[in-house]
Amino acid sequence: MTRVIKYIFYDLLRTRFILLYTLFLLVSTFAMFQIDSDPGKVVLSLLNVVLMVVPLISVVFTTIHFFNSYEFIELMLAQPVNRRVIFFSEYISVATSLCGAYVAGIGIPSLLFGADSSVFTLLFTGVMLTLVFVALAFLSSVLTRDKAKAIGIALLFWFYFSLIYDGLLLWVVYTFCDYPLEKITLTLIAFNPVDLARIIMLLQLDISALMGYTGAFYKSFFGSHMGLLFSSSILLVWIALPLWLAMRIFSRKDL
Amino acid sequence: MISFRNVSKKFGKLQVLDSVTLDVYPSKSYALIGPNGSGKTTMIKSLLGLVVPTSGDIVFEEKSILTDWQYREKIGYMPQIGRYPENITIGQLVDMMRNIRPSQDKIDEELIDAFKLYKIYDKKMHSLSGGTRQKVSAALAFLFNPPVLILDEPTAGLDPVSVEIFKEKITAEKLKGKLMLITSHVLNDLDELTTDVVYIFEGRIQYHNSIEALKRETNEKRLGKAIATLIQQKELLDSITE
Repeated sequence: MTRVIKYIFYDLLRTRFILLYTLFLLVSTFAMFQIDSDPGKVVLSLLNVVLMVVPLISVVFTTIHFFNSYEFIELMLAQPVNRRVIFFSEYISVATSLCGAYVAGIGIPSLLFGADSSVFTLLFTGVMLTLVFVALAFLSSVLTRDKAKAIGIALLFWFYFSLIYDGLLLWVVYTFCDYPLEKITLTLIAFNPVDLARIIMLLQLDISALMGYTGAFYKSFFGSHMGLLFSSSILLVWIALPLWLAMRIFSRKDL
Repeated sequence: MISFRNVSKKFGKLQVLDSVTLDVYPSKSYALIGPNGSGKTTMIKSLLGLVVPTSGDIVFEEKSILTDWQYREKIGYMPQIGRYPENITIGQLVDMMRNIRPSQDKIDEELIDAFKLYKIYDKKMHSLSGGTRQKVSAALAFLFNPPVLILDEPTAGLDPVSVEIFKEKITAEKLKGKLMLITSHVLNDLDELTTDVVYIFEGRIQYHNSIEALKRETNEKRLGKAIATLIQQKELLDSITE
Protein backbone atom coordinates (compact mmCIF):
# COMPACT_ATOMS: atom_id res chain seq x y z
CA MET A 1 0.00 0.00 0.00
CA THR A 2 2.82 2.41 0.83
CA ARG A 3 4.28 1.83 -2.63
CA VAL A 4 1.02 2.79 -4.31
CA ILE A 5 0.68 5.84 -2.04
CA LYS A 6 4.21 6.88 -2.90
CA TYR A 7 3.43 6.99 -6.61
CA ILE A 8 0.17 8.88 -6.11
CA PHE A 9 1.96 11.44 -3.93
CA TYR A 10 4.64 11.84 -6.54
CA ASP A 11 1.95 12.49 -9.12
CA LEU A 12 0.08 14.94 -6.87
CA LEU A 13 3.16 17.00 -6.06
CA ARG A 14 4.15 17.28 -9.69
CA THR A 15 0.94 19.09 -10.64
CA ARG A 16 1.95 21.97 -8.29
CA PHE A 17 -1.70 22.61 -7.52
CA ILE A 18 -1.20 21.69 -3.87
CA LEU A 19 1.63 24.21 -3.70
CA LEU A 20 -0.56 26.94 -5.17
CA TYR A 21 -3.33 26.11 -2.72
CA THR A 22 -0.90 26.39 0.22
CA LEU A 23 0.38 29.68 -1.14
CA PHE A 24 -3.15 31.04 -1.54
CA LEU A 25 -4.03 30.18 2.07
CA LEU A 26 -0.72 31.59 3.31
CA VAL A 27 -1.22 34.88 1.50
CA SER A 28 -4.84 35.32 2.59
CA THR A 29 -4.05 34.50 6.22
CA PHE A 30 -1.10 36.90 6.20
CA ALA A 31 -3.29 39.59 4.67
CA MET A 32 -5.97 39.12 7.32
CA PHE A 33 -3.41 39.44 10.09
CA GLN A 34 -2.10 42.61 8.48
CA ILE A 35 -5.56 44.16 8.38
CA ASP A 36 -6.56 43.26 11.91
CA SER A 37 -4.40 42.60 14.94
CA ASP A 38 -7.06 40.87 17.04
CA PRO A 39 -6.59 37.12 16.43
CA GLY A 40 -10.21 36.42 17.34
CA LYS A 41 -11.48 38.66 14.56
CA VAL A 42 -8.94 37.25 12.12
CA VAL A 43 -10.10 33.74 12.85
CA LEU A 44 -13.69 34.83 12.30
CA SER A 45 -12.81 36.33 8.91
CA LEU A 46 -10.81 33.26 8.02
CA LEU A 47 -13.74 31.08 9.00
CA ASN A 48 -15.87 32.56 6.25
CA VAL A 49 -13.13 31.93 3.69
CA VAL A 50 -12.55 28.41 4.98
CA LEU A 51 -16.19 27.39 4.97
CA MET A 52 -16.58 28.29 1.30
CA VAL A 53 -13.14 27.73 -0.19
CA VAL A 54 -11.98 24.53 1.51
CA PRO A 55 -14.96 22.38 0.43
CA LEU A 56 -14.89 23.87 -3.08
CA ILE A 57 -11.18 23.24 -3.61
CA SER A 58 -11.50 19.79 -2.10
CA VAL A 59 -14.29 18.62 -4.40
CA VAL A 60 -12.89 20.11 -7.59
CA PHE A 61 -9.31 19.01 -7.03
CA THR A 62 -10.31 15.48 -5.98
CA THR A 63 -12.57 14.85 -8.94
CA ILE A 64 -10.05 16.19 -11.44
CA HIS A 65 -7.29 14.15 -9.83
CA PHE A 66 -9.39 10.97 -9.85
CA PHE A 67 -10.11 11.21 -13.55
CA ASN A 68 -6.55 12.20 -14.39
CA SER A 69 -5.25 9.12 -12.63
CA TYR A 70 -7.74 6.81 -14.34
CA GLU A 71 -4.93 5.30 -16.41
CA PHE A 72 -2.88 4.66 -13.31
CA ILE A 73 -5.85 3.00 -11.62
CA GLU A 74 -6.50 0.86 -14.68
CA LEU A 75 -2.86 -0.17 -14.85
CA MET A 76 -2.77 -1.07 -11.16
CA LEU A 77 -5.94 -3.12 -11.37
CA ALA A 78 -4.39 -5.49 -13.89
CA GLN A 79 -1.59 -6.11 -11.36
CA PRO A 80 -1.74 -8.16 -8.17
CA VAL A 81 -3.07 -5.25 -6.14
CA ASN A 82 -6.29 -5.23 -4.19
CA ARG A 83 -8.95 -2.80 -5.39
CA ARG A 84 -9.51 -1.54 -1.87
CA VAL A 85 -5.81 -0.82 -1.48
CA ILE A 86 -5.90 1.32 -4.60
CA PHE A 87 -9.02 3.13 -3.48
CA PHE A 88 -7.79 3.90 0.02
CA SER A 89 -4.35 4.85 -1.25
CA GLU A 90 -6.00 7.38 -3.52
CA TYR A 91 -8.12 8.73 -0.69
CA ILE A 92 -5.28 8.90 1.82
CA SER A 93 -2.92 10.61 -0.62
CA VAL A 94 -5.40 13.23 -1.80
CA ALA A 95 -6.77 13.89 1.69
CA THR A 96 -3.37 14.19 3.38
CA SER A 97 -1.95 16.49 0.74
CA LEU A 98 -4.99 18.80 0.89
CA CYS A 99 -5.03 18.72 4.71
CA GLY A 100 -1.28 19.36 4.79
CA ALA A 101 -1.67 22.35 2.49
CA TYR A 102 -4.48 23.68 4.66
CA VAL A 103 -2.69 23.23 7.99
CA ALA A 104 0.49 24.78 6.63
CA GLY A 105 -1.32 27.63 4.91
CA ILE A 106 -3.42 28.67 7.90
CA GLY A 107 -1.19 27.40 10.69
CA ILE A 108 2.18 28.99 9.86
CA PRO A 109 1.00 32.63 9.74
CA SER A 110 -1.19 32.12 12.81
CA LEU A 111 1.77 30.81 14.77
CA LEU A 112 3.92 33.72 13.60
CA PHE A 113 1.39 36.35 14.62
CA GLY A 114 0.62 34.62 17.87
CA ALA A 115 -2.79 33.03 17.91
CA ASP A 116 -5.00 31.62 20.63
CA SER A 117 -6.69 28.26 20.92
CA SER A 118 -9.43 29.25 18.46
CA VAL A 119 -6.95 28.77 15.64
CA PHE A 120 -6.64 25.13 16.60
CA THR A 121 -10.39 24.74 16.37
CA LEU A 122 -10.27 26.42 12.98
CA LEU A 123 -7.56 24.00 11.85
CA PHE A 124 -9.53 21.05 13.18
CA THR A 125 -12.78 22.03 11.46
CA GLY A 126 -10.96 22.77 8.23
CA VAL A 127 -9.25 19.39 8.22
CA MET A 128 -12.56 17.67 8.97
CA LEU A 129 -14.30 19.56 6.16
CA THR A 130 -11.50 18.60 3.75
CA LEU A 131 -11.86 14.93 4.68
CA VAL A 132 -15.66 15.07 4.27
CA PHE A 133 -15.61 16.79 0.90
CA VAL A 134 -12.80 14.64 -0.49
CA ALA A 135 -14.92 11.61 0.44
CA LEU A 136 -17.98 13.14 -1.24
CA ALA A 137 -15.93 13.92 -4.34
CA PHE A 138 -14.73 10.31 -4.50
CA LEU A 139 -18.34 9.22 -4.31
CA SER A 140 -19.30 11.45 -7.22
CA SER A 141 -16.26 10.25 -9.19
CA VAL A 142 -17.14 6.57 -8.96
CA LEU A 143 -20.80 7.22 -9.74
CA THR A 144 -20.11 8.07 -13.36
CA ARG A 145 -17.55 7.51 -16.10
CA ASP A 146 -17.86 11.05 -17.39
CA LYS A 147 -15.45 13.60 -15.94
CA ALA A 148 -17.73 16.58 -16.56
CA LYS A 149 -20.68 14.82 -14.96
CA ALA A 150 -18.60 13.84 -11.93
CA ILE A 151 -17.40 17.41 -11.41
CA GLY A 152 -21.01 18.51 -11.79
CA ILE A 153 -22.21 16.13 -9.09
CA ALA A 154 -19.31 17.12 -6.82
CA LEU A 155 -20.09 20.81 -7.28
CA LEU A 156 -23.73 20.08 -6.55
CA PHE A 157 -22.68 18.60 -3.19
CA TRP A 158 -20.74 21.76 -2.46
CA PHE A 159 -23.56 24.03 -3.61
CA TYR A 160 -26.11 22.11 -1.60
CA PHE A 161 -24.21 22.05 1.67
CA SER A 162 -22.78 25.57 1.42
CA LEU A 163 -25.80 27.46 0.15
CA ILE A 164 -29.03 25.55 -0.47
CA TYR A 165 -29.19 23.70 2.82
CA ASP A 166 -28.88 26.90 4.83
CA GLY A 167 -31.70 28.43 2.85
CA LEU A 168 -33.92 25.44 3.53
CA LEU A 169 -33.03 25.52 7.21
CA LEU A 170 -33.82 29.20 7.41
CA TRP A 171 -37.14 28.59 5.71
CA VAL A 172 -38.01 25.82 8.20
CA VAL A 173 -37.06 27.98 11.18
CA TYR A 174 -38.98 30.95 9.80
CA THR A 175 -42.13 28.99 8.96
CA PHE A 176 -42.33 27.16 12.26
CA CYS A 177 -41.02 29.97 14.45
CA ASP A 178 -44.04 29.68 16.76
CA TYR A 179 -42.89 26.27 17.93
CA PRO A 180 -39.88 25.30 20.06
CA LEU A 181 -37.35 24.36 17.38
CA GLU A 182 -34.06 24.06 19.25
CA LYS A 183 -33.83 20.29 19.21
CA ILE A 184 -35.11 20.01 15.65
CA THR A 185 -32.61 22.52 14.28
CA LEU A 186 -29.91 20.75 16.25
CA THR A 187 -30.82 17.54 14.44
CA LEU A 188 -31.08 19.29 11.09
CA ILE A 189 -27.65 20.84 11.53
CA ALA A 190 -26.17 17.37 11.93
CA PHE A 191 -27.23 16.71 8.32
CA ASN A 192 -24.88 19.39 7.05
CA PRO A 193 -21.14 19.11 7.72
CA VAL A 194 -20.54 22.77 6.83
CA ASP A 195 -23.09 23.99 9.38
CA LEU A 196 -21.63 21.65 11.95
CA ALA A 197 -18.17 23.07 11.38
CA ARG A 198 -19.49 26.63 11.51
CA ILE A 199 -21.29 26.11 14.81
CA ILE A 200 -18.31 24.43 16.47
CA MET A 201 -16.26 27.43 15.41
CA LEU A 202 -18.74 30.15 16.41
CA LEU A 203 -19.15 28.70 19.87
CA GLN A 204 -15.41 28.55 20.29
CA LEU A 205 -15.20 32.25 19.42
CA ASP A 206 -17.65 33.11 22.19
CA ILE A 207 -19.96 35.14 20.02
CA SER A 208 -22.90 32.78 20.46
CA ALA A 209 -24.62 35.49 22.47
CA LEU A 210 -25.31 37.15 19.11
CA MET A 211 -27.53 34.23 18.23
CA GLY A 212 -29.96 34.89 21.10
CA TYR A 213 -31.84 32.18 22.87
CA THR A 214 -30.95 29.50 20.31
CA GLY A 215 -27.32 30.47 20.67
CA ALA A 216 -27.52 29.96 24.37
CA PHE A 217 -29.06 26.57 23.82
CA TYR A 218 -26.32 25.57 21.37
CA LYS A 219 -23.72 26.91 23.76
CA SER A 220 -25.01 24.68 26.51
CA PHE A 221 -24.99 21.73 24.13
CA PHE A 222 -22.00 22.20 21.82
CA GLY A 223 -19.91 24.05 24.39
CA SER A 224 -19.74 21.02 26.64
CA HIS A 225 -17.36 18.15 26.07
CA MET A 226 -20.29 15.95 25.13
CA GLY A 227 -21.32 18.44 22.47
CA LEU A 228 -17.85 18.55 20.96
CA LEU A 229 -17.65 14.78 21.01
CA PHE A 230 -21.09 14.55 19.40
CA SER A 231 -20.30 17.00 16.60
CA SER A 232 -16.92 15.42 15.90
CA SER A 233 -18.41 11.96 15.68
CA ILE A 234 -21.14 13.22 13.33
CA LEU A 235 -18.40 14.68 11.14
CA LEU A 236 -16.63 11.31 11.24
CA VAL A 237 -19.84 9.68 10.02
CA TRP A 238 -19.86 12.27 7.24
CA ILE A 239 -16.39 11.04 6.24
CA ALA A 240 -17.00 7.32 6.66
CA LEU A 241 -20.39 7.00 5.00
CA PRO A 242 -19.57 8.50 1.57
CA LEU A 243 -16.20 6.77 1.62
CA TRP A 244 -17.74 3.40 2.36
CA LEU A 245 -20.39 3.88 -0.33
CA ALA A 246 -17.77 4.97 -2.86
CA MET A 247 -15.58 1.99 -2.06
CA ARG A 248 -18.50 -0.41 -2.47
CA ILE A 249 -19.28 1.04 -5.88
CA PHE A 250 -15.62 1.13 -6.89
CA SER A 251 -15.00 -2.50 -5.96
CA ARG A 252 -17.72 -3.56 -8.42
CA LYS A 253 -17.03 -1.03 -11.12
CA ASP A 254 -16.17 -2.08 -14.67
CA LEU A 255 -13.09 -0.40 -16.06
CA MET B 1 -5.95 -24.01 -15.16
CA ILE B 2 -8.58 -21.37 -15.77
CA SER B 3 -12.25 -22.10 -16.23
CA PHE B 4 -15.09 -19.81 -17.17
CA ARG B 5 -18.34 -21.13 -15.73
CA ASN B 6 -21.49 -19.74 -17.32
CA VAL B 7 -20.06 -16.25 -17.38
CA SER B 8 -22.52 -13.61 -18.55
CA LYS B 9 -21.99 -9.90 -18.79
CA LYS B 10 -24.44 -7.17 -19.61
CA PHE B 11 -23.53 -3.54 -20.22
CA GLY B 12 -26.91 -1.98 -19.65
CA LYS B 13 -29.18 -3.75 -22.13
CA LEU B 14 -26.35 -5.04 -24.27
CA GLN B 15 -25.53 -8.70 -23.66
CA VAL B 16 -21.79 -8.90 -24.30
CA LEU B 17 -21.11 -12.36 -22.87
CA ASP B 18 -23.85 -14.99 -22.87
CA SER B 19 -23.11 -17.88 -20.48
CA VAL B 20 -19.58 -18.53 -21.66
CA THR B 21 -18.16 -21.83 -20.45
CA LEU B 22 -14.55 -22.58 -21.28
CA ASP B 23 -11.65 -24.49 -19.73
CA VAL B 24 -8.09 -23.60 -20.66
CA TYR B 25 -5.01 -25.56 -19.60
CA PRO B 26 -1.32 -24.83 -19.09
CA SER B 27 1.23 -25.40 -21.85
CA LYS B 28 -1.43 -24.74 -24.44
CA SER B 29 -1.88 -21.65 -26.51
CA TYR B 30 -5.36 -20.44 -27.34
CA ALA B 31 -6.43 -18.20 -30.19
CA LEU B 32 -9.50 -16.18 -29.31
CA ILE B 33 -11.11 -15.11 -32.54
CA GLY B 34 -14.35 -13.48 -33.52
CA PRO B 35 -15.62 -10.33 -35.22
CA ASN B 36 -15.33 -6.87 -33.63
CA GLY B 37 -17.57 -6.53 -30.62
CA SER B 38 -18.06 -10.26 -30.19
CA GLY B 39 -16.88 -10.14 -26.55
CA LYS B 40 -13.23 -11.20 -26.73
CA THR B 41 -11.85 -8.25 -24.82
CA THR B 42 -14.67 -8.39 -22.27
CA MET B 43 -13.83 -12.05 -21.66
CA ILE B 44 -10.19 -11.16 -21.06
CA LYS B 45 -11.05 -8.20 -18.89
CA SER B 46 -13.37 -10.27 -16.74
CA LEU B 47 -10.58 -12.81 -16.26
CA LEU B 48 -8.39 -9.96 -15.00
CA GLY B 49 -11.11 -8.65 -12.73
CA LEU B 50 -11.33 -5.36 -14.62
CA VAL B 51 -14.89 -6.21 -15.58
CA VAL B 52 -17.15 -7.86 -13.03
CA PRO B 53 -19.44 -10.54 -14.58
CA THR B 54 -23.19 -10.12 -14.17
CA SER B 55 -23.48 -13.82 -13.39
CA GLY B 56 -21.32 -16.93 -13.42
CA ASP B 57 -17.90 -17.60 -12.01
CA ILE B 58 -14.30 -17.65 -13.17
CA VAL B 59 -11.97 -20.10 -11.46
CA PHE B 60 -8.20 -19.76 -11.49
CA GLU B 61 -6.36 -22.79 -10.10
CA GLU B 62 -9.36 -24.02 -8.08
CA LYS B 63 -10.07 -20.56 -6.63
CA SER B 64 -12.77 -18.15 -7.67
CA ILE B 65 -11.30 -14.86 -8.83
CA LEU B 66 -14.35 -12.79 -7.95
CA THR B 67 -13.12 -12.09 -4.43
CA ASP B 68 -9.44 -12.75 -4.98
CA TRP B 69 -6.71 -10.54 -6.42
CA GLN B 70 -3.48 -12.37 -5.67
CA TYR B 71 -3.92 -14.65 -8.69
CA ARG B 72 -2.97 -11.69 -10.88
CA GLU B 73 0.63 -12.28 -9.82
CA LYS B 74 0.55 -15.19 -12.25
CA ILE B 75 -0.80 -13.22 -15.19
CA GLY B 76 0.97 -11.03 -17.66
CA TYR B 77 -1.48 -8.86 -19.55
CA MET B 78 -0.90 -6.92 -22.70
CA PRO B 79 -3.92 -4.69 -23.34
CA GLN B 80 -5.28 -3.87 -26.77
CA ILE B 81 -4.87 -0.15 -26.10
CA GLY B 82 -2.16 0.44 -23.50
CA ARG B 83 -3.26 3.26 -21.23
CA TYR B 84 -0.50 4.54 -18.97
CA PRO B 85 0.08 7.59 -16.77
CA GLU B 86 1.05 10.14 -19.41
CA ASN B 87 3.51 12.23 -17.41
CA ILE B 88 6.08 9.60 -16.57
CA THR B 89 8.91 8.21 -18.64
CA ILE B 90 9.25 4.63 -19.85
CA GLY B 91 12.01 4.05 -17.31
CA GLN B 92 9.86 5.30 -14.46
CA LEU B 93 6.98 3.13 -15.64
CA VAL B 94 9.14 0.00 -15.67
CA ASP B 95 10.55 0.87 -12.23
CA MET B 96 7.06 1.46 -10.91
CA MET B 97 5.82 -1.91 -12.13
CA ARG B 98 8.84 -3.66 -10.64
CA ASN B 99 8.17 -1.90 -7.37
CA ILE B 100 4.54 -2.87 -7.30
CA ARG B 101 4.94 -6.51 -8.25
CA PRO B 102 6.91 -8.17 -5.49
CA SER B 103 8.31 -11.16 -7.43
CA GLN B 104 11.73 -9.74 -8.21
CA ASP B 105 13.61 -13.00 -8.52
CA LYS B 106 12.77 -13.91 -12.10
CA ILE B 107 12.70 -10.73 -14.11
CA ASP B 108 12.66 -11.24 -17.85
CA GLU B 109 14.05 -8.19 -19.67
CA GLU B 110 14.55 -9.94 -22.99
CA LEU B 111 11.88 -7.90 -24.78
CA ILE B 112 13.16 -4.60 -23.37
CA ASP B 113 16.52 -5.46 -24.87
CA ALA B 114 15.13 -6.81 -28.12
CA PHE B 115 12.94 -3.75 -28.71
CA LYS B 116 15.82 -1.47 -27.57
CA LEU B 117 13.50 0.24 -25.10
CA TYR B 118 16.35 1.14 -22.74
CA LYS B 119 17.53 3.65 -25.37
CA ILE B 120 14.33 5.66 -24.96
CA TYR B 121 13.94 5.19 -21.20
CA ASP B 122 13.77 8.95 -20.61
CA LYS B 123 10.96 9.54 -23.11
CA LYS B 124 7.61 10.51 -21.64
CA MET B 125 4.67 8.21 -22.24
CA HIS B 126 2.56 10.88 -23.94
CA SER B 127 5.20 11.40 -26.63
CA LEU B 128 5.22 7.75 -27.71
CA SER B 129 3.83 6.47 -31.01
CA GLY B 130 1.20 3.76 -31.03
CA GLY B 131 3.74 1.11 -31.99
CA THR B 132 6.23 2.05 -29.27
CA ARG B 133 3.41 1.97 -26.77
CA GLN B 134 2.62 -1.58 -27.93
CA LYS B 135 6.26 -2.51 -27.39
CA VAL B 136 6.16 -1.13 -23.86
CA SER B 137 2.94 -3.08 -23.18
CA ALA B 138 4.53 -6.25 -24.52
CA ALA B 139 7.71 -5.80 -22.49
CA LEU B 140 5.68 -5.22 -19.32
CA ALA B 141 3.50 -8.28 -19.90
CA PHE B 142 6.57 -10.53 -20.16
CA LEU B 143 8.65 -8.72 -17.52
CA PHE B 144 7.63 -10.82 -14.52
CA ASN B 145 7.87 -14.19 -16.20
CA PRO B 146 4.24 -15.12 -15.40
CA PRO B 147 2.88 -18.61 -16.09
CA VAL B 148 -0.19 -17.17 -17.83
CA LEU B 149 0.06 -14.65 -20.65
CA ILE B 150 -2.89 -12.77 -22.04
CA LEU B 151 -2.21 -10.86 -25.22
CA ASP B 152 -4.98 -8.72 -26.68
CA GLU B 153 -4.16 -7.99 -30.32
CA PRO B 154 -0.41 -8.20 -29.70
CA THR B 155 0.86 -7.51 -33.22
CA ALA B 156 -1.46 -4.64 -34.14
CA GLY B 157 0.56 -1.51 -34.91
CA LEU B 158 4.00 -3.12 -34.73
CA ASP B 159 6.47 -2.85 -37.58
CA PRO B 160 7.41 -6.10 -39.41
CA VAL B 161 10.80 -6.45 -37.68
CA SER B 162 9.27 -6.04 -34.24
CA VAL B 163 6.46 -8.45 -35.11
CA GLU B 164 9.04 -11.12 -35.90
CA ILE B 165 10.97 -10.45 -32.66
CA PHE B 166 7.76 -10.60 -30.70
CA LYS B 167 6.53 -13.79 -32.36
CA GLU B 168 9.83 -15.49 -31.62
CA LYS B 169 9.47 -14.49 -27.99
CA ILE B 170 5.90 -15.80 -27.81
CA THR B 171 6.95 -19.12 -29.37
CA ALA B 172 9.85 -19.43 -26.92
CA GLU B 173 7.55 -18.83 -23.96
CA LYS B 174 5.00 -21.26 -25.34
CA LEU B 175 7.65 -23.95 -25.45
CA LYS B 176 8.42 -23.26 -21.79
CA GLY B 177 4.94 -24.54 -21.02
CA LYS B 178 3.07 -21.29 -20.46
CA LEU B 179 -0.63 -20.85 -20.87
CA MET B 180 -1.39 -18.28 -23.52
CA LEU B 181 -4.56 -16.52 -24.56
CA ILE B 182 -4.13 -14.51 -27.72
CA THR B 183 -6.72 -12.51 -29.61
CA SER B 184 -5.94 -11.24 -33.03
CA HIS B 185 -7.41 -10.57 -36.44
CA VAL B 186 -4.18 -11.57 -38.16
CA LEU B 187 -4.97 -15.25 -38.57
CA ASN B 188 -1.61 -16.03 -40.15
CA ASP B 189 0.10 -15.03 -36.91
CA LEU B 190 -2.25 -17.15 -34.86
CA ASP B 191 -1.61 -20.14 -37.12
CA GLU B 192 2.03 -20.09 -36.01
CA LEU B 193 1.55 -19.12 -32.40
CA THR B 194 -1.41 -21.10 -31.13
CA THR B 195 -2.46 -24.69 -30.69
CA ASP B 196 -6.18 -24.29 -30.06
CA VAL B 197 -8.86 -22.10 -31.46
CA VAL B 198 -11.85 -20.57 -29.68
CA TYR B 199 -14.36 -18.85 -31.93
CA ILE B 200 -16.67 -16.33 -30.26
CA PHE B 201 -19.69 -14.79 -31.91
CA GLU B 202 -22.17 -12.47 -30.23
CA GLY B 203 -20.92 -13.33 -26.77
CA ARG B 204 -21.14 -17.08 -27.20
CA ILE B 205 -18.46 -19.65 -27.82
CA GLN B 206 -19.38 -21.17 -31.16
CA TYR B 207 -16.41 -23.46 -31.63
CA HIS B 208 -13.56 -24.74 -29.49
CA ASN B 209 -11.08 -27.33 -30.68
CA SER B 210 -7.45 -27.75 -31.63
CA ILE B 211 -6.26 -26.10 -34.82
CA GLU B 212 -5.32 -29.50 -36.23
CA ALA B 213 -8.85 -30.77 -35.74
CA LEU B 214 -10.34 -27.64 -37.29
CA LYS B 215 -8.13 -27.97 -40.36
CA ARG B 216 -9.06 -31.63 -40.68
CA GLU B 217 -12.78 -30.92 -40.31
CA THR B 218 -12.76 -28.21 -42.93
CA ASN B 219 -10.20 -29.78 -45.27
CA GLU B 220 -8.16 -26.59 -45.34
CA LYS B 221 -4.44 -26.10 -44.87
CA ARG B 222 -4.48 -22.53 -43.59
CA LEU B 223 -6.21 -21.28 -40.45
CA GLY B 224 -7.70 -18.28 -42.25
CA LYS B 225 -9.40 -20.43 -44.84
CA ALA B 226 -10.44 -22.95 -42.23
CA ILE B 227 -12.18 -20.29 -40.13
CA ALA B 228 -13.90 -18.85 -43.19
CA THR B 229 -15.17 -22.30 -44.12
CA LEU B 230 -16.29 -22.89 -40.54
CA ILE B 231 -18.31 -19.67 -40.55
CA GLN B 232 -19.85 -20.51 -43.91
CA GLN B 233 -20.83 -23.95 -42.68
CA LYS B 234 -22.41 -22.43 -39.58
CA GLU B 235 -24.36 -19.93 -41.65
CA LEU B 236 -25.54 -22.69 -43.94
CA LEU B 237 -26.66 -24.79 -40.99
CA ASP B 238 -28.45 -21.81 -39.45
CA SER B 239 -30.30 -21.05 -42.68
CA ILE B 240 -31.45 -24.67 -42.94
CA THR B 241 -32.69 -24.84 -39.36
CA GLU B 242 -34.54 -21.56 -39.77
